[in-house]
Amino acid sequence: MTGVRVAGVGLTRFGSHPERTGRDLFAEAADRAFADAGVDRDAVEELNYGNFMGALAEHQGHQAPLMAEAAGVRCPATRYESACASAGVAVREAVRTVSAGDADVVVAGGMERMTNLDTAGATEGLAIAADDLFEVRAGVTFPGAYALMATAYFEAHGGEREDLAHVASKNHENALPNEYAQFRKEVSIEEALSAPPIAEPLHLYDACPITDGASALVLVSEEYAAEADLDAPVAVTGTGQGTDRLALADRAELAATPAADAAATAAYDDAGIGPADVDLAEVHDCFTIAEVLAIESLGFAEPGEGITAARDGLTTADGDRPVNLSGGLKAKGHPVGATGGSQIAELTRLLRGDHPNSEHVPDAEVGVAHNAGGTVASAVVHVLEVAE
Amino acid sequence: MSDEATADGAAPTANAGYDEWIDALADGTGYALVCPEGHGSLPPRRVCPECGSSSLAEEPLPDRGEIETFTVVHVPSPRFADDAPYTTAVARFGPVRLTGIVRGVDGVDDGDEGAGGDAVAVGTTVEVGVGERETDGGRIVTFRPVGT
Repeated sequence: MTGVRVAGVGLTRFGSHPERTGRDLFAEAADRAFADAGVDRDAVEELNYGNFMGALAEHQGHQAPLMAEAAGVRCPATRYESACASAGVAVREAVRTVSAGDADVVVAGGMERMTNLDTAGATEGLAIAADDLFEVRAGVTFPGAYALMATAYFEAHGGEREDLAHVASKNHENALPNEYAQFRKEVSIEEALSAPPIAEPLHLYDACPITDGASALVLVSEEYAAEADLDAPVAVTGTGQGTDRLALADRAELAATPAADAAATAAYDDAGIGPADVDLAEVHDCFTIAEVLAIESLGFAEPGEGITAARDGLTTADGDRPVNLSGGLKAKGHPVGATGGSQIAELTRLLRGDHPNSEHVPDAEVGVAHNAGGTVASAVVHVLEVAE
Repeated sequence: MSDEATADGAAPTANAGYDEWIDALADGTGYALVCPEGHGSLPPRRVCPECGSSSLAEEPLPDRGEIETFTVVHVPSPRFADDAPYTTAVARFGPVRLTGIVRGVDGVDDGDEGAGGDAVAVGTTVEVGVGERETDGGRIVTFRPVGT
Protein backbone atom coordinates (compact mmCIF):
# COMPACT_ATOMS: atom_id res chain seq x y z
CA MET A 1 0.00 0.00 0.00
CA THR A 2 1.29 3.40 -0.93
CA GLY A 3 0.06 6.89 -0.12
CA VAL A 4 -2.09 8.77 -2.65
CA ARG A 5 -1.66 12.46 -3.35
CA VAL A 6 -3.87 14.94 -5.16
CA ALA A 7 -1.36 16.45 -7.58
CA GLY A 8 -3.82 18.69 -9.40
CA VAL A 9 -7.48 19.62 -9.71
CA GLY A 10 -9.51 21.13 -12.53
CA LEU A 11 -13.09 22.33 -12.88
CA THR A 12 -15.20 24.12 -15.44
CA ARG A 13 -17.42 26.92 -14.28
CA PHE A 14 -20.60 25.14 -13.23
CA GLY A 15 -23.73 26.52 -14.84
CA SER A 16 -25.78 26.63 -17.98
CA HIS A 17 -23.75 25.91 -21.12
CA PRO A 18 -26.42 24.26 -23.32
CA GLU A 19 -24.36 24.71 -26.49
CA ARG A 20 -21.16 23.11 -25.15
CA THR A 21 -20.46 19.45 -25.86
CA GLY A 22 -19.59 17.07 -23.08
CA ARG A 23 -16.21 16.41 -24.64
CA ASP A 24 -15.37 20.11 -24.59
CA LEU A 25 -16.42 20.47 -20.94
CA PHE A 26 -14.28 17.53 -19.81
CA ALA A 27 -11.34 18.73 -21.92
CA GLU A 28 -11.41 22.07 -20.11
CA ALA A 29 -11.48 20.48 -16.66
CA ALA A 30 -8.64 18.10 -17.58
CA ASP A 31 -6.58 20.92 -19.02
CA ARG A 32 -6.84 22.83 -15.76
CA ALA A 33 -6.00 19.72 -13.74
CA PHE A 34 -2.82 19.06 -15.73
CA ALA A 35 -1.75 22.69 -15.44
CA ASP A 36 -2.40 22.62 -11.69
CA ALA A 37 -0.53 19.33 -11.25
CA GLY A 38 2.50 20.02 -13.38
CA VAL A 39 2.20 16.44 -14.66
CA ASP A 40 2.64 15.51 -18.34
CA ARG A 41 -0.29 13.90 -20.08
CA ASP A 42 1.87 10.99 -21.24
CA ALA A 43 2.44 9.98 -17.62
CA VAL A 44 -1.24 9.06 -17.17
CA GLU A 45 -1.79 5.32 -16.86
CA GLU A 46 -5.59 5.21 -16.45
CA LEU A 47 -8.63 7.45 -16.87
CA ASN A 48 -11.62 6.88 -14.57
CA TYR A 49 -14.53 8.92 -15.86
CA GLY A 50 -17.94 9.45 -14.25
CA ASN A 51 -21.11 10.15 -16.20
CA PHE A 52 -24.76 9.41 -15.50
CA MET A 53 -27.16 10.34 -18.29
CA GLY A 54 -25.03 11.00 -21.36
CA ALA A 55 -26.97 8.42 -23.35
CA LEU A 56 -30.14 10.46 -22.78
CA ALA A 57 -28.74 13.99 -22.82
CA GLU A 58 -26.24 13.70 -25.66
CA HIS A 59 -27.27 10.42 -27.26
CA GLN A 60 -23.73 9.38 -26.48
CA GLY A 61 -22.81 6.11 -24.88
CA HIS A 62 -19.29 4.69 -24.58
CA GLN A 63 -17.95 8.02 -23.42
CA ALA A 64 -14.67 6.98 -21.81
CA PRO A 65 -12.62 6.67 -25.03
CA LEU A 66 -14.09 9.96 -26.21
CA MET A 67 -13.03 11.68 -22.99
CA ALA A 68 -9.54 10.17 -23.12
CA GLU A 69 -9.20 11.81 -26.55
CA ALA A 70 -10.60 15.08 -25.24
CA ALA A 71 -8.17 15.06 -22.32
CA GLY A 72 -5.28 14.12 -24.58
CA VAL A 73 -4.34 10.92 -22.78
CA ARG A 74 -3.62 7.52 -24.29
CA CYS A 75 -4.36 4.88 -21.68
CA PRO A 76 -7.13 2.51 -20.61
CA ALA A 77 -10.26 4.58 -19.97
CA THR A 78 -13.44 3.44 -18.23
CA ARG A 79 -16.77 5.11 -17.54
CA TYR A 80 -18.22 4.70 -14.05
CA GLU A 81 -21.95 5.11 -13.39
CA SER A 82 -23.57 5.26 -9.96
CA ALA A 83 -26.10 8.03 -10.63
CA CYS A 84 -25.05 11.18 -8.74
CA ALA A 85 -22.14 9.27 -7.17
CA SER A 86 -20.61 8.39 -10.55
CA ALA A 87 -17.49 10.53 -10.10
CA GLY A 88 -17.22 9.47 -6.46
CA VAL A 89 -16.84 5.83 -7.45
CA ALA A 90 -14.51 6.82 -10.32
CA VAL A 91 -12.27 8.61 -7.80
CA ARG A 92 -12.49 5.76 -5.32
CA GLU A 93 -11.32 3.22 -7.90
CA ALA A 94 -8.48 5.56 -8.89
CA VAL A 95 -7.42 5.86 -5.25
CA ARG A 96 -7.49 2.07 -4.88
CA THR A 97 -5.50 1.59 -8.09
CA VAL A 98 -2.75 3.99 -6.99
CA SER A 99 -2.84 2.77 -3.40
CA ALA A 100 -2.38 -0.83 -4.55
CA GLY A 101 0.66 0.13 -6.59
CA ASP A 102 -0.99 -0.73 -9.91
CA ALA A 103 -0.41 2.76 -11.31
CA ASP A 104 1.45 5.93 -10.31
CA VAL A 105 -0.70 8.45 -12.17
CA VAL A 106 -4.47 8.19 -12.67
CA VAL A 107 -6.89 10.88 -13.84
CA ALA A 108 -10.38 10.70 -12.29
CA GLY A 109 -13.39 12.95 -12.63
CA GLY A 110 -16.55 13.26 -14.62
CA MET A 111 -18.89 15.32 -16.72
CA GLU A 112 -22.60 15.92 -17.08
CA ARG A 113 -24.46 17.87 -19.72
CA MET A 114 -28.03 18.62 -18.65
CA THR A 115 -29.30 22.07 -19.62
CA ASN A 116 -29.70 21.14 -23.28
CA LEU A 117 -32.73 19.19 -22.03
CA ASP A 118 -35.85 21.06 -20.93
CA THR A 119 -37.02 20.80 -17.31
CA ALA A 120 -39.33 17.89 -18.11
CA GLY A 121 -36.55 16.04 -19.92
CA ALA A 122 -34.06 16.61 -17.12
CA THR A 123 -36.67 15.54 -14.55
CA GLU A 124 -37.27 12.35 -16.53
CA GLY A 125 -33.54 11.76 -16.88
CA LEU A 126 -32.82 12.18 -13.18
CA ALA A 127 -35.75 9.94 -12.24
CA ILE A 128 -34.12 6.93 -13.89
CA ALA A 129 -31.81 6.71 -10.88
CA ALA A 130 -34.86 5.36 -9.00
CA ASP A 131 -36.56 1.96 -9.38
CA ASP A 132 -38.46 2.22 -12.67
CA LEU A 133 -41.08 -0.44 -11.93
CA PHE A 134 -41.89 0.36 -8.33
CA GLU A 135 -41.01 4.05 -7.90
CA VAL A 136 -40.93 6.00 -11.17
CA ARG A 137 -44.24 4.46 -12.28
CA ALA A 138 -45.71 5.63 -8.98
CA GLY A 139 -44.79 9.21 -9.77
CA VAL A 140 -41.55 9.40 -7.83
CA THR A 141 -39.32 12.16 -9.20
CA PHE A 142 -35.84 12.91 -7.86
CA PRO A 143 -37.12 15.85 -5.74
CA GLY A 144 -40.15 13.73 -4.85
CA ALA A 145 -37.95 10.97 -3.44
CA TYR A 146 -36.07 13.39 -1.18
CA ALA A 147 -39.39 14.98 -0.22
CA LEU A 148 -40.55 11.53 0.95
CA MET A 149 -37.40 11.37 3.10
CA ALA A 150 -37.98 14.90 4.42
CA THR A 151 -41.57 14.13 5.45
CA ALA A 152 -40.39 10.95 7.16
CA TYR A 153 -37.60 12.89 8.93
CA PHE A 154 -39.96 15.59 10.18
CA GLU A 155 -42.33 12.89 11.42
CA ALA A 156 -39.60 10.94 13.22
CA HIS A 157 -37.51 13.78 14.63
CA GLY A 158 -39.33 17.07 14.20
CA GLY A 159 -38.01 19.98 12.21
CA GLU A 160 -39.60 22.39 9.81
CA ARG A 161 -39.07 24.07 6.47
CA GLU A 162 -37.30 26.99 8.12
CA ASP A 163 -34.55 24.65 9.33
CA LEU A 164 -34.00 23.55 5.75
CA ALA A 165 -34.06 27.16 4.54
CA HIS A 166 -31.01 27.81 6.74
CA VAL A 167 -29.11 25.10 4.83
CA ALA A 168 -30.00 26.77 1.52
CA SER A 169 -29.13 30.25 2.74
CA LYS A 170 -25.77 29.08 4.17
CA ASN A 171 -24.70 27.33 1.00
CA HIS A 172 -25.70 30.22 -1.24
CA GLU A 173 -23.65 32.55 0.94
CA ASN A 174 -20.66 30.21 0.69
CA ALA A 175 -20.90 30.21 -3.11
CA LEU A 176 -20.66 34.00 -3.39
CA PRO A 177 -16.84 34.18 -3.82
CA ASN A 178 -16.49 30.84 -5.67
CA GLU A 179 -15.55 31.52 -9.29
CA TYR A 180 -16.78 28.05 -10.33
CA ALA A 181 -20.25 28.35 -8.76
CA GLN A 182 -23.46 28.40 -10.81
CA PHE A 183 -25.34 30.71 -8.44
CA ARG A 184 -23.40 33.50 -6.80
CA LYS A 185 -26.33 35.22 -5.17
CA GLU A 186 -27.65 35.35 -1.65
CA VAL A 187 -30.91 33.64 -0.79
CA SER A 188 -32.61 34.84 2.37
CA ILE A 189 -34.63 32.63 4.68
CA GLU A 190 -37.75 34.53 3.61
CA GLU A 191 -37.02 34.00 -0.10
CA ALA A 192 -36.44 30.29 0.46
CA LEU A 193 -39.68 29.92 2.43
CA SER A 194 -41.80 31.80 -0.11
CA ALA A 195 -40.44 30.03 -3.24
CA PRO A 196 -42.83 27.80 -5.18
CA PRO A 197 -43.15 24.12 -4.19
CA ILE A 198 -41.39 21.40 -6.19
CA ALA A 199 -42.36 18.36 -4.14
CA GLU A 200 -43.72 19.29 -0.74
CA PRO A 201 -42.23 19.94 1.75
CA LEU A 202 -39.36 20.85 -0.61
CA HIS A 203 -39.58 24.14 -2.48
CA LEU A 204 -37.45 25.69 -5.21
CA TYR A 205 -34.55 26.77 -2.99
CA ASP A 206 -34.39 23.38 -1.30
CA ALA A 207 -33.27 21.91 -4.62
CA CYS A 208 -29.97 22.01 -6.47
CA PRO A 209 -30.11 23.44 -9.99
CA ILE A 210 -29.79 21.68 -13.34
CA THR A 211 -26.13 22.11 -14.25
CA ASP A 212 -23.55 21.49 -16.96
CA GLY A 213 -19.96 20.99 -15.88
CA ALA A 214 -16.93 18.78 -15.50
CA SER A 215 -14.28 17.90 -12.93
CA ALA A 216 -10.86 16.28 -13.18
CA LEU A 217 -8.24 15.24 -10.63
CA VAL A 218 -4.68 14.07 -11.18
CA LEU A 219 -3.99 11.47 -8.49
CA VAL A 220 -0.43 10.21 -8.01
CA SER A 221 1.48 7.92 -5.71
CA GLU A 222 3.49 9.47 -2.91
CA GLU A 223 6.65 8.10 -4.53
CA TYR A 224 5.83 9.64 -7.90
CA ALA A 225 5.10 13.00 -6.27
CA ALA A 226 8.52 12.91 -4.59
CA GLU A 227 10.44 11.74 -7.67
CA ALA A 228 8.78 14.30 -9.94
CA ASP A 229 9.17 16.98 -7.26
CA LEU A 230 5.45 17.81 -7.39
CA ASP A 231 3.80 20.30 -5.10
CA ALA A 232 1.07 17.95 -3.83
CA PRO A 233 0.52 18.59 -0.14
CA VAL A 234 -2.94 16.98 0.13
CA ALA A 235 -3.28 13.20 0.51
CA VAL A 236 -6.32 10.97 0.13
CA THR A 237 -6.01 8.91 3.30
CA GLY A 238 -9.36 7.16 3.41
CA THR A 239 -11.99 5.82 1.04
CA GLY A 240 -15.26 4.01 1.74
CA GLN A 241 -18.38 3.00 -0.13
CA GLY A 242 -21.81 1.77 0.84
CA THR A 243 -24.76 0.30 -1.06
CA ASP A 244 -28.39 0.03 -0.01
CA ARG A 245 -31.62 -1.24 -1.57
CA LEU A 246 -32.41 0.86 -4.66
CA ALA A 247 -36.01 1.76 -3.83
CA LEU A 248 -36.59 3.99 -0.83
CA ALA A 249 -39.60 1.89 0.21
CA ASP A 250 -37.33 -1.17 0.57
CA ARG A 251 -34.92 0.51 3.03
CA ALA A 252 -34.74 -0.30 6.69
CA GLU A 253 -35.23 3.40 7.42
CA LEU A 254 -36.85 6.23 5.49
CA ALA A 255 -35.28 9.08 7.48
CA ALA A 256 -31.64 7.97 7.50
CA THR A 257 -28.99 6.92 4.99
CA PRO A 258 -27.35 3.65 6.13
CA ALA A 259 -25.23 3.37 2.95
CA ALA A 260 -23.54 6.65 3.88
CA ASP A 261 -23.07 5.41 7.46
CA ALA A 262 -21.23 2.40 6.04
CA ALA A 263 -19.16 4.50 3.63
CA ALA A 264 -18.17 6.93 6.39
CA THR A 265 -17.21 4.18 8.82
CA ALA A 266 -15.05 2.49 6.17
CA ALA A 267 -13.37 5.75 5.14
CA TYR A 268 -12.67 6.78 8.74
CA ASP A 269 -11.23 3.33 9.51
CA ASP A 270 -9.11 3.48 6.37
CA ALA A 271 -7.71 6.86 7.42
CA GLY A 272 -7.43 5.94 11.11
CA ILE A 273 -9.49 8.92 12.19
CA GLY A 274 -12.95 9.61 13.60
CA PRO A 275 -15.62 12.26 13.05
CA ALA A 276 -14.15 14.46 15.80
CA ASP A 277 -10.94 14.83 13.78
CA VAL A 278 -12.70 16.37 10.77
CA ASP A 279 -12.27 20.13 10.25
CA LEU A 280 -14.54 20.65 7.23
CA ALA A 281 -16.68 18.70 4.79
CA GLU A 282 -18.17 18.84 1.33
CA VAL A 283 -21.41 16.85 1.40
CA HIS A 284 -23.99 15.83 -1.18
CA ASP A 285 -26.71 18.45 -0.68
CA CYS A 286 -28.73 17.80 -3.83
CA PHE A 287 -31.60 18.86 -1.59
CA THR A 288 -31.39 20.66 1.73
CA ILE A 289 -32.64 17.59 3.61
CA ALA A 290 -29.79 15.61 2.04
CA GLU A 291 -27.21 17.75 3.87
CA VAL A 292 -29.01 17.02 7.14
CA LEU A 293 -28.91 13.27 6.51
CA ALA A 294 -25.28 13.49 5.34
CA ILE A 295 -23.91 15.17 8.45
CA GLU A 296 -25.71 12.60 10.61
CA SER A 297 -24.14 9.76 8.62
CA LEU A 298 -20.72 11.40 8.90
CA GLY A 299 -21.12 11.55 12.68
CA PHE A 300 -21.17 15.36 12.97
CA ALA A 301 -24.63 15.21 14.56
CA GLU A 302 -26.62 12.50 16.31
CA PRO A 303 -29.54 11.00 14.34
CA GLY A 304 -32.41 13.47 14.50
CA GLU A 305 -30.19 16.39 15.51
CA GLY A 306 -28.64 17.36 12.19
CA ILE A 307 -31.72 19.34 11.22
CA THR A 308 -30.71 22.37 13.30
CA ALA A 309 -26.96 22.36 12.53
CA ALA A 310 -27.10 25.15 9.94
CA ARG A 311 -29.64 27.17 11.90
CA ASP A 312 -27.50 26.90 15.03
CA GLY A 313 -24.40 27.95 13.12
CA LEU A 314 -22.44 24.71 13.62
CA THR A 315 -21.92 24.18 9.89
CA THR A 316 -21.67 27.79 8.68
CA ALA A 317 -18.41 29.25 7.36
CA ASP A 318 -17.53 30.53 10.82
CA GLY A 319 -18.98 27.53 12.67
CA ASP A 320 -17.19 24.70 14.44
CA ARG A 321 -17.19 22.54 11.34
CA PRO A 322 -17.99 24.30 8.06
CA VAL A 323 -19.99 22.20 5.60
CA ASN A 324 -20.09 22.98 1.88
CA LEU A 325 -17.80 26.00 1.83
CA SER A 326 -17.84 25.61 -1.97
CA GLY A 327 -21.55 26.40 -2.01
CA GLY A 328 -22.39 22.71 -2.28
CA LEU A 329 -24.51 21.15 -4.96
CA LYS A 330 -27.21 23.55 -3.82
CA ALA A 331 -25.53 26.75 -5.00
CA LYS A 332 -22.35 25.70 -6.77
CA GLY A 333 -24.41 23.38 -8.95
CA HIS A 334 -24.76 19.66 -9.61
CA PRO A 335 -23.53 18.34 -12.95
CA VAL A 336 -24.42 14.86 -11.78
CA GLY A 337 -21.54 12.78 -13.12
CA ALA A 338 -18.94 15.44 -12.22
CA THR A 339 -19.97 16.20 -8.65
CA GLY A 340 -17.92 13.59 -6.77
CA GLY A 341 -14.74 14.85 -8.40
CA SER A 342 -15.70 18.46 -7.86
CA GLN A 343 -16.07 17.90 -4.12
CA ILE A 344 -12.51 16.54 -3.89
CA ALA A 345 -11.24 19.43 -6.03
CA GLU A 346 -12.88 21.98 -3.73
CA LEU A 347 -11.65 20.27 -0.55
CA THR A 348 -8.13 20.16 -1.98
CA ARG A 349 -8.23 23.88 -2.73
CA LEU A 350 -9.66 24.63 0.71
CA LEU A 351 -6.95 22.59 2.46
CA ARG A 352 -4.13 24.00 0.29
CA GLY A 353 -5.24 27.52 1.08
CA ASP A 354 -5.94 28.64 -2.49
CA HIS A 355 -9.76 28.57 -2.34
CA PRO A 356 -11.56 31.89 -1.94
CA ASN A 357 -13.10 30.46 1.24
CA SER A 358 -9.84 29.08 2.68
CA GLU A 359 -9.74 32.08 5.01
CA HIS A 360 -12.53 30.44 7.02
CA VAL A 361 -10.43 27.31 7.68
CA PRO A 362 -6.81 28.54 7.94
CA ASP A 363 -5.65 25.71 10.21
CA ALA A 364 -7.71 22.90 8.70
CA GLU A 365 -5.89 19.60 8.22
CA VAL A 366 -8.66 17.05 7.65
CA GLY A 367 -11.54 17.27 5.18
CA VAL A 368 -14.23 14.79 4.22
CA ALA A 369 -16.14 14.44 0.94
CA HIS A 370 -19.55 12.70 0.90
CA ASN A 371 -21.02 11.82 -2.52
CA ALA A 372 -24.38 10.05 -2.86
CA GLY A 373 -26.26 8.38 -5.70
CA GLY A 374 -30.03 8.29 -6.05
CA THR A 375 -31.66 8.47 -2.65
CA VAL A 376 -28.35 7.24 -1.19
CA ALA A 377 -28.58 3.68 -2.47
CA SER A 378 -24.96 4.47 -3.35
CA ALA A 379 -22.59 6.46 -1.15
CA VAL A 380 -18.88 7.21 -1.31
CA VAL A 381 -16.86 8.97 1.38
CA HIS A 382 -13.26 10.16 1.08
CA VAL A 383 -10.91 11.56 3.73
CA LEU A 384 -8.35 14.16 2.65
CA GLU A 385 -5.49 15.27 4.89
CA VAL A 386 -2.73 17.84 4.64
CA ALA A 387 0.34 15.61 4.52
CA GLU A 388 3.04 18.25 4.33
CA MET B 1 -49.47 -7.39 -20.28
CA SER B 2 -47.75 -4.11 -19.61
CA ASP B 3 -48.94 -0.55 -19.70
CA GLU B 4 -45.92 1.51 -20.58
CA ALA B 5 -46.52 2.51 -24.20
CA THR B 6 -43.53 4.21 -25.78
CA ALA B 7 -43.71 7.81 -26.96
CA ASP B 8 -43.99 6.78 -30.61
CA GLY B 9 -46.81 4.35 -29.97
CA ALA B 10 -44.69 1.21 -30.35
CA ALA B 11 -45.69 -1.95 -28.55
CA PRO B 12 -45.12 -1.69 -24.81
CA THR B 13 -42.33 -3.64 -23.17
CA ALA B 14 -43.38 -6.63 -21.13
CA ASN B 15 -41.91 -7.03 -17.65
CA ALA B 16 -42.56 -10.61 -16.61
CA GLY B 17 -43.09 -10.91 -12.88
CA TYR B 18 -44.03 -7.27 -12.42
CA ASP B 19 -46.88 -7.48 -14.94
CA GLU B 20 -48.46 -10.48 -13.20
CA TRP B 21 -48.02 -8.72 -9.86
CA ILE B 22 -49.83 -5.53 -10.88
CA ASP B 23 -52.54 -7.60 -12.63
CA ALA B 24 -53.13 -9.36 -9.32
CA LEU B 25 -53.15 -6.05 -7.47
CA ALA B 26 -55.82 -4.78 -9.89
CA ASP B 27 -57.88 -7.92 -9.24
CA GLY B 28 -57.71 -7.39 -5.49
CA THR B 29 -55.36 -10.32 -4.99
CA GLY B 30 -52.09 -8.43 -4.49
CA TYR B 31 -49.23 -10.31 -2.92
CA ALA B 32 -45.73 -10.00 -1.53
CA LEU B 33 -42.90 -12.52 -1.73
CA VAL B 34 -41.90 -13.70 1.73
CA CYS B 35 -38.90 -15.80 2.76
CA PRO B 36 -38.78 -18.14 5.78
CA GLU B 37 -37.19 -15.34 7.82
CA GLY B 38 -40.25 -13.18 7.14
CA HIS B 39 -38.51 -10.66 4.86
CA GLY B 40 -40.91 -9.25 2.29
CA SER B 41 -40.03 -8.25 -1.27
CA LEU B 42 -41.66 -7.57 -4.64
CA PRO B 43 -41.26 -9.57 -7.86
CA PRO B 44 -39.48 -10.61 -9.92
CA ARG B 45 -37.11 -12.22 -7.39
CA ARG B 46 -35.05 -15.39 -7.36
CA VAL B 47 -33.68 -14.82 -3.88
CA CYS B 48 -34.64 -12.74 -0.85
CA PRO B 49 -32.74 -9.44 -1.17
CA GLU B 50 -32.24 -9.32 2.61
CA CYS B 51 -30.94 -12.82 3.36
CA GLY B 52 -30.44 -14.59 0.03
CA SER B 53 -32.94 -17.36 0.72
CA SER B 54 -34.27 -18.94 -2.47
CA SER B 55 -37.40 -20.14 -0.69
CA LEU B 56 -39.90 -17.42 -1.55
CA ALA B 57 -43.66 -17.81 -1.15
CA GLU B 58 -46.43 -15.53 -2.40
CA GLU B 59 -48.42 -14.20 0.54
CA PRO B 60 -51.58 -12.07 0.18
CA LEU B 61 -51.17 -8.41 1.08
CA PRO B 62 -53.17 -7.24 4.07
CA ASP B 63 -56.41 -5.42 3.14
CA ARG B 64 -55.22 -2.22 4.70
CA GLY B 65 -51.93 -0.41 4.92
CA GLU B 66 -50.61 2.67 6.67
CA ILE B 67 -48.95 5.68 5.05
CA GLU B 68 -45.41 6.13 6.38
CA THR B 69 -44.45 9.15 4.27
CA PHE B 70 -45.82 11.20 1.38
CA THR B 71 -45.18 14.22 -0.85
CA VAL B 72 -47.24 16.41 -3.13
CA VAL B 73 -45.36 16.58 -6.45
CA HIS B 74 -45.74 19.85 -8.34
CA VAL B 75 -42.99 19.41 -10.95
CA PRO B 76 -43.64 16.09 -12.70
CA SER B 77 -41.85 13.97 -15.26
CA PRO B 78 -43.51 13.98 -18.73
CA ARG B 79 -45.48 10.80 -17.99
CA PHE B 80 -47.27 12.66 -15.19
CA ALA B 81 -47.58 16.06 -16.89
CA ASP B 82 -51.40 16.19 -16.62
CA ASP B 83 -51.48 14.50 -13.20
CA ALA B 84 -49.56 17.16 -11.26
CA PRO B 85 -50.02 18.16 -8.58
CA TYR B 86 -50.43 14.65 -7.21
CA THR B 87 -49.64 12.91 -3.94
CA THR B 88 -47.13 10.06 -3.92
CA ALA B 89 -46.92 8.01 -0.73
CA VAL B 90 -45.06 5.08 0.75
CA ALA B 91 -47.36 2.79 2.72
CA ARG B 92 -46.64 -0.30 4.83
CA PHE B 93 -48.61 -3.43 3.94
CA GLY B 94 -47.45 -6.19 6.25
CA PRO B 95 -44.03 -7.46 5.14
CA VAL B 96 -43.52 -4.83 2.42
CA ARG B 97 -43.87 -1.14 1.75
CA LEU B 98 -45.51 -0.05 -1.50
CA THR B 99 -45.10 3.25 -3.34
CA GLY B 100 -48.23 4.62 -4.96
CA ILE B 101 -50.38 7.63 -5.75
CA VAL B 102 -53.06 8.67 -3.31
CA ARG B 103 -56.53 8.96 -4.81
CA GLY B 104 -59.93 9.64 -3.40
CA VAL B 105 -59.02 12.49 -1.09
CA ASP B 106 -61.74 15.14 -0.76
CA GLY B 107 -61.00 18.41 -2.47
CA VAL B 108 -58.35 16.99 -4.83
CA ASP B 109 -59.34 16.92 -8.49
CA ASP B 110 -57.98 13.52 -9.46
CA GLY B 111 -61.10 12.15 -11.14
CA ASP B 112 -61.83 10.12 -8.05
CA GLU B 113 -64.63 10.83 -5.58
CA GLY B 114 -63.42 11.69 -2.12
CA ALA B 115 -64.21 8.88 0.25
CA GLY B 116 -61.92 8.75 3.19
CA GLY B 117 -61.20 12.22 4.44
CA ASP B 118 -59.83 15.57 3.46
CA ALA B 119 -56.13 15.14 4.03
CA VAL B 120 -53.29 12.69 3.78
CA ALA B 121 -51.05 12.29 6.80
CA VAL B 122 -48.43 9.91 8.08
CA GLY B 123 -50.50 7.19 9.73
CA THR B 124 -53.47 7.43 7.35
CA THR B 125 -55.01 3.99 6.72
CA VAL B 126 -55.32 3.14 3.02
CA GLU B 127 -56.45 0.42 0.64
CA VAL B 128 -54.33 -0.40 -2.39
CA GLY B 129 -55.50 -0.82 -5.97
CA VAL B 130 -54.55 0.03 -9.52
CA GLY B 131 -55.62 3.18 -11.36
CA GLU B 132 -54.65 5.09 -14.46
CA ARG B 133 -52.40 8.06 -15.05
CA GLU B 134 -54.41 11.01 -16.30
CA THR B 135 -51.61 11.90 -18.70
CA ASP B 136 -51.47 8.71 -20.78
CA GLY B 137 -53.66 6.10 -19.14
CA GLY B 138 -50.69 4.07 -17.89
CA ARG B 139 -51.43 1.88 -14.90
CA ILE B 140 -50.35 3.05 -11.47
CA VAL B 141 -50.50 1.69 -7.95
CA THR B 142 -53.08 3.74 -6.05
CA PHE B 143 -53.89 4.21 -2.39
CA ARG B 144 -57.34 5.25 -1.15
CA PRO B 145 -57.86 6.44 2.40
CA VAL B 146 -60.42 4.35 4.27
CA GLY B 147 -62.37 5.17 7.38
CA THR B 148 -61.02 3.37 10.44
